[in-house]
Amino acid sequence: MAGATTLHTGADRAARFEGRAATREPTWVKWTFIGVSLTFFTLFLLLPLIAVFHEALRKGWETYLAALVHPDALSAIRLTLTAAVIAVPLNLVFGVAAAWAIAKFDFRGKQLLITLIDLPFSVSPVVAGLIYVLVFGAHGWFGEWLLDNEIQIIFAVPGIVLATLFVTFPFVARELIPLMQAQGRDEEEAAIVLGANGWQTFWHVTLPNIKWGLLYGVVLCNARAMGEFGAVSVVSGHIRGETNTMPLHVEILYNEYQFAAAFAVASLLALLALVTLVIKTWIEHRSAADDAPPQESGPQGAPA
Amino acid sequence: MPAYSAPLARTRSSPKRLMARRTNVLPGFGLSLGYTLVYLSLIVLIPLSGVFLRTMELSWGEFWQVATSPRVVASYRISFGLSLLAATINAVFGLLLAWSLVRYTFPGKKLVDALVDLPFALPTAVAGIALTALYARNGWLGQWIEGEWGIKVAFGPLGILVALTFIGLPFVVRTVQPILEDIETELEEAAASLGAHRWQTFRHVLLPILTPALLTGFALAFARAVGEYGSVIFIAGNIPLVSEITPLLIITKLEQYEYAGATAIATVMLIISFVLLLTINGLQAWTNRVTGRDR
Repeated sequence: MAGATTLHTGADRAARFEGRAATREPTWVKWTFIGVSLTFFTLFLLLPLIAVFHEALRKGWETYLAALVHPDALSAIRLTLTAAVIAVPLNLVFGVAAAWAIAKFDFRGKQLLITLIDLPFSVSPVVAGLIYVLVFGAHGWFGEWLLDNEIQIIFAVPGIVLATLFVTFPFVARELIPLMQAQGRDEEEAAIVLGANGWQTFWHVTLPNIKWGLLYGVVLCNARAMGEFGAVSVVSGHIRGETNTMPLHVEILYNEYQFAAAFAVASLLALLALVTLVIKTWIEHRSAADDAPPQESGPQGAPA
Repeated sequence: MPAYSAPLARTRSSPKRLMARRTNVLPGFGLSLGYTLVYLSLIVLIPLSGVFLRTMELSWGEFWQVATSPRVVASYRISFGLSLLAATINAVFGLLLAWSLVRYTFPGKKLVDALVDLPFALPTAVAGIALTALYARNGWLGQWIEGEWGIKVAFGPLGILVALTFIGLPFVVRTVQPILEDIETELEEAAASLGAHRWQTFRHVLLPILTPALLTGFALAFARAVGEYGSVIFIAGNIPLVSEITPLLIITKLEQYEYAGATAIATVMLIISFVLLLTINGLQAWTNRVTGRDR
């Protein structure tokens, strides 16, 4: 599902198309294309982003800051961070384990396993929340048992963590599987043959090779973990100051017509998105630099 | 990079097959696969199977009654129809945007390229309220579109279309972009030297290479749009039979403690997601075949 989010490091090589008559469009076509693309970009991406900050600051900095330091907002921020701090490492460990098994070994049903790992991306977030209600809710499979033992999962923090785990499940694995498959296992085999143990091989051989892909997956996983709305909304119960994450807090404020406050909290999430994009772009540059062939001595620009 | 030579791609697979028979000296197979399977089962498979088992508690008649009641059918029409439309819009403009990003130099290009992924990074609830603010009657765009031209966007089906277009936008751009980047200039030069116009070259040389990726991006955007909830509910108005999406109906039923109804609708959505997932896998395999990416 997130096939479109895999680490991609294409350098800007537009010049090679613009420099040749055969791969160039007439100037008016070029600027029409750019114009239409940028209009679409502005209407659908740029303006919504600007609108968040504009609406947030509409009533001034004081209202803005007051919305952010409100106890309910602070508790929402705390809960969002808690969910991410639990979900991201768990899915990171899973991602590494799954990628190790899939990329370094051959076994039957591998393709099916890869498809199953992708499954959470194609399930609607609302359905993702619903499945945990069906398992752990008052009318669910374990409902009575949980009630007897006074354990609350749905409408409590554990439910929110579970829903977050589900929706962010594939991020790291998806990123690492193709990367590690492409790298093969020669380097690891050499390390083992030379006497390294499994952990040494992983830390000193595999990890340096996959670090950018790993970081990339973690950054995207974290963004989704902190921003998830649908799945969390189903299991949260919307108890103010207790089971509201930041996106849910935004919804409540918005539905109470406290627009400035809603956008203030939303602006924090938008900032998080921007930071995510900056880190993502930075990783792409670093990864491209690492991938570039080290022999810089040859004449530049001459295709082999 | 001989990206389009199928024979080469074919010969490359034989050493790989030999490698498979070589004994594997790497450790950790049992541990990593075992952990993967247990974790996958606990978080995904067992809870998901709950939906199907719960649905089976219903008789076929009951299931059918819930899954095809007028309000639910209207929501399918809205969810699927508008998702299809949004994915089509994204296919057209996404291709144009990817083309501009790969082929042209223009000011602010780096920023545009980085911001294309915004819908992946921006929480859907934030996108929802931002789009509503923009397209409401007093918003920057709404005051023109609704105020001057009388077209109601926010709080109606068009609003849903706007939200679904927003969240699906990166999919087409990001699937088409790498394929466009990999195309060698020689292909077009050969076409031009044989007397093809630019449009003919695009239509007969470039488009066949791009089509599988374009369809993959389209299917990804469609699949995402069908299940989308957060960005839609703020702008949709949520009027039953007019602008009520299927995921919202599941929530409505849950809030009324109609677990059976919610589960039945969820089952329909899950089955459709599975079909879409398999379609997307097939399309991706096709993309790899056409572009020689399957080594």
